[in-house]
Amino acid sequence: MLSLDEVRRIADLARIEVPPEGLAALQQQLNAIFGLVEQMRAVDTAGVEPMAHAVDMSQRLREDRVTESDRHAEFQFIAPQVEDGLYLVPKVIE
Amino acid sequence: MFELPLADLAARLRDRQVSSEELTRLFLGRIARLGAGLNAFITVDEEKALAAARAADARLARGEGAPLTGIPVAHKDLFCAKGWRTTCGSRMLADFVSPYDAHVVEQFDRAGAVLVGKTNMDEFAMGSSNENSHFGPVRNPWDPARVPGGSSGGSAAAVAARLVPAATGTDTGGSIRQPASHTGTSGIRPTYGAVSRYGMVAFASSLDQGGAFGQGARGLALMLNVMAGFDERDSTSVDRPKEDYTRDLDRPLEGVRVGLPKEYFTADLSPDVAACVSAAVRELERQGARTVEVSLPNQALAVPVYYVIAPAEASSNLSRFDGVRYGHRAANYADLADMYRKSRAEGFGAEVQRRILVGTYVLSHGYYDAYYLQAQRVRRLIARDFTEAFKACDVIAGPAAPSVAFPIGEKSDDPVQMYLEDLYTISVNLAGLPGLSVPCGFGAGGMPVGLQLIGDYFGEARMLNVAHRYQQATDWHRRLPPGAA
Amino acid sequence: MSGAWEVVIGLETHAQLSTASKIFSGASTAFGAAPNTQACAVDIALPGVLPVLNRAAVERAIRLGLAVGGRIAPRSVFARKNYFYPDLPKGYQISQYEAPVVTGGEIAIVVDGAEKRVRLTRAHLEEDAGKSLHEDFHGMTGIDLNRAGTPLLEIVSEPDMRSAREAVAYAKALHSLVRWIGVCDGNMQEGSFRCDANVSVRPAGSATLGTRCEIKNLNSFRFLEKAIEHEQRRQVALIEDGGTVVQETRLWDPQKGETRPMRSKEDAHDYRYFPDPDLLPLEISPAWIGEVQASLPELPAAMRARFVAAHGLSPVDAATLTGSRALAGYFEAVVAEVGGEARTCANWVLGELSALLNRLEVEADASPVPPEALAGLVKRVLDGTVSGKTAKEIFEAMAAGEGGADAIIDRRGLRQISDAGAIEAIVAEVLAANAKLVEDYRAGREKAFNALVGQVMKASRGKANPAQANAILKKKLG
Repeated sequence: MLSLDEVRRIADLARIEVPPEGLAALQQQLNAIFGLVEQMRAVDTAGVEPMAHAVDMSQRLREDRVTESDRHAEFQFIAPQVEDGLYLVPKVIE
Repeated sequence: MFELPLADLAARLRDRQVSSEELTRLFLGRIARLGAGLNAFITVDEEKALAAARAADARLARGEGAPLTGIPVAHKDLFCAKGWRTTCGSRMLADFVSPYDAHVVEQFDRAGAVLVGKTNMDEFAMGSSNENSHFGPVRNPWDPARVPGGSSGGSAAAVAARLVPAATGTDTGGSIRQPASHTGTSGIRPTYGAVSRYGMVAFASSLDQGGAFGQGARGLALMLNVMAGFDERDSTSVDRPKEDYTRDLDRPLEGVRVGLPKEYFTADLSPDVAACVSAAVRELERQGARTVEVSLPNQALAVPVYYVIAPAEASSNLSRFDGVRYGHRAANYADLADMYRKSRAEGFGAEVQRRILVGTYVLSHGYYDAYYLQAQRVRRLIARDFTEAFKACDVIAGPAAPSVAFPIGEKSDDPVQMYLEDLYTISVNLAGLPGLSVPCGFGAGGMPVGLQLIGDYFGEARMLNVAHRYQQATDWHRRLPPGAA
Repeated sequence: MSGAWEVVIGLETHAQLSTASKIFSGASTAFGAAPNTQACAVDIALPGVLPVLNRAAVERAIRLGLAVGGRIAPRSVFARKNYFYPDLPKGYQISQYEAPVVTGGEIAIVVDGAEKRVRLTRAHLEEDAGKSLHEDFHGMTGIDLNRAGTPLLEIVSEPDMRSAREAVAYAKALHSLVRWIGVCDGNMQEGSFRCDANVSVRPAGSATLGTRCEIKNLNSFRFLEKAIEHEQRRQVALIEDGGTVVQETRLWDPQKGETRPMRSKEDAHDYRYFPDPDLLPLEISPAWIGEVQASLPELPAAMRARFVAAHGLSPVDAATLTGSRALAGYFEAVVAEVGGEARTCANWVLGELSALLNRLEVEADASPVPPEALAGLVKRVLDGTVSGKTAKEIFEAMAAGEGGADAIIDRRGLRQISDAGAIEAIVAEVLAANAKLVEDYRAGREKAFNALVGQVMKASRGKANPAQANAILKKKLG
């Protein structure tokens, strides 16, 4: 069961603001979901290869060719804030 | 003419009994008259649609028409279409006009289909009722107080009300089959890798697959002929020869082995749905199909496994929505981290946020093995169950949803109850198999019920064959919702 | 610093792979384009786009793996490393985590004449992020995503280095190798080759590792050396003052000459790695590995050994000549043209030629004096046409574009006089004109002899064969 601290921690990792008054309800909902998930954890899966993909294939490779051209004006038309071809964001401190 | 199935409309276009422009105006008129009440569309663009219709007419006049040339269609609003708003039912992308086309959109354009609009959906395809849309819930044409199912609820409702003869959808855990079942339409989710995911906004990449809604199996086959096929831009697209999905439609059912998973016919299934599905199975038997009991021993684990894997992939897939390059950016924020948190809290609805948080948790340090890796292992067990079952049968039959469509608001406060809506569909996605739902009667409240057919890998043609033969003997798929006539 | 401490260093090196297009998209990787003009739909992570892996990036990873004697994984997996940063468009970096493409291998280094082998942990493929431009845009940061999706090979060493100089020697050897096998252009100014250093200190003789700090993005050998030295001093001082080292990521500040904590990495990261569902396992067949192996050039270590064994060069000269493939190739071309005499050839390549290349700041393959030309000059030295001293003058003339050695010799009349009669005549003249020096010599002043030699050379305008002039003078003086 997730504690309130854990809910806060994952909300922070996921960069989603949760108002303090919403935390308890969220915790309850998440725990209900983990309650549903719980029965899966008890299954004996020793020796079972994890299945990450729905197809049993290997990665196809593309040839090393430049196929894309400059479309930044089009792409930046839908951007929240741009200047001189750059996307602008609040100051990044390294 | 609006009530005609896809293949018939295509024949009339080809014979020049009707022009695409006339047909497009007919359906645009229906959308204008009935669409708002159902809230099935997020965007309708008459101008673009009529221009495409005229281009299709020119093509038909030159005798260069393909089967779908001139047919009005709608795309679920998570297929990117160049110059069209592509919202994914989210505030995050409410103003996002795509600068490129999804593979599926390209294929329909190339075939000469006429895109009339983008359909409403649960936000980022997360939901089973279409109540999780920033643009409001979609209403079920059979009873506007009820949900149409989800997440492709807009496409299902639009086809059910004959606002378009055909529409695309996506199915990550049942998002085509369950709404098809709830709206009395036919809907198919192909084998994973059959339809390119390029340009289809990702929810859970290893489970997502594009598919189609239509009146009947023949229409679905015609749509698959357009949509399916190898695309080098999707690494998970399977490189195999193009196939004609209509090729086996008329094959008799004699000798076809229909598997009935005993785990599907339990107390979880409402009696009204069970009755319809059983009657449908009897019809298949009457046509010479042989039923065999099969077992999917890990069936009960499918929903739990799905709610680890799908949120895990979603939590990562939705990280790109950060307010930097496109999409919603909060108006007020203190710094970069605050901009991220507020933009995402404002841009995503409650269910999307919940799933991102669940996914973040199961991937996080210390929980990965117990949740994510364990879910992937159980996923393989579930897939193996199907491999075993298909040794004894050619298709699997069962319900698509545990009960008929429920009233709007009934489950919206209880995520877990909502998740159980996909009890019978989710394992197909986990295994990567194809599945479809066709109307097979009416249950409680006079609401439609769907028969789910599950095929082996790339067994679409066989599945469509069974569905089509069934529809040759029944007329459930031709019934119109009360308001649609 | 107290002598009781030992520094332990491991390097993580990011080598940008020399492909035309990005690792998962068809956008160009060319350096220096206007902001965001080489960031395609996949690179800026538009909704719905998908990655497809570039064959050339994999091929280069195999090359490096084989060149260091590592193991090429028959099956490796791409994973997502999840974190939010404005220059990371997807909110995750596609990398390899649990199953990298290369494991093991080693790099040989020579420090103070001693050879040492630095073991490699792994090398994995990943995509680069974009660039944050911190100059002020009304208090905001600008993001250029041209670099996003550029293919990188991250080469991780074991913590096998024990001094900043060893770390630099390793970085230089690796830098030389990646260029040698053509997987990376090695341009450090453009960020094509950059190192992160993991540095810890421990009491000398201790077997356990101290807490390490990671210094990020060191893009020159000098910074690498200075940053490690500074970090080593900082950690020792901290511990000797009774403090403890905190594991953290630090940045090198070249202006201040010190490392400082990286603020954006302050919060402990939980990257939530998981296999990328958009990319299937990468399978590399033995046949492909065989093809790459067959296409590899002779590697520097093998060439070094051959130069010592076959050409009789000293290990130090052999190492210097194999410092770059261009220089080694140049040397081999000179030897081939001259037809042997490798040690003389090596002296010229390591002497005059290297000085010229350094002056011009060019590689051997861009030398204004091509190997055939240098060989022409070496031949004239070997056959006595010119003296070594004159040859240096000719080399400068060749470098200045005055043509081949023979033409310059003829035009400037530099041919050495080896005709005994002609030299005798000059000697006779000199003796006649320098009676005082002859007298001094006969009085036993040896210095006078040297002065007389000088006069002979001067009178011959430097062309008299010095050995012959010496002998004849001695004979005449009796």
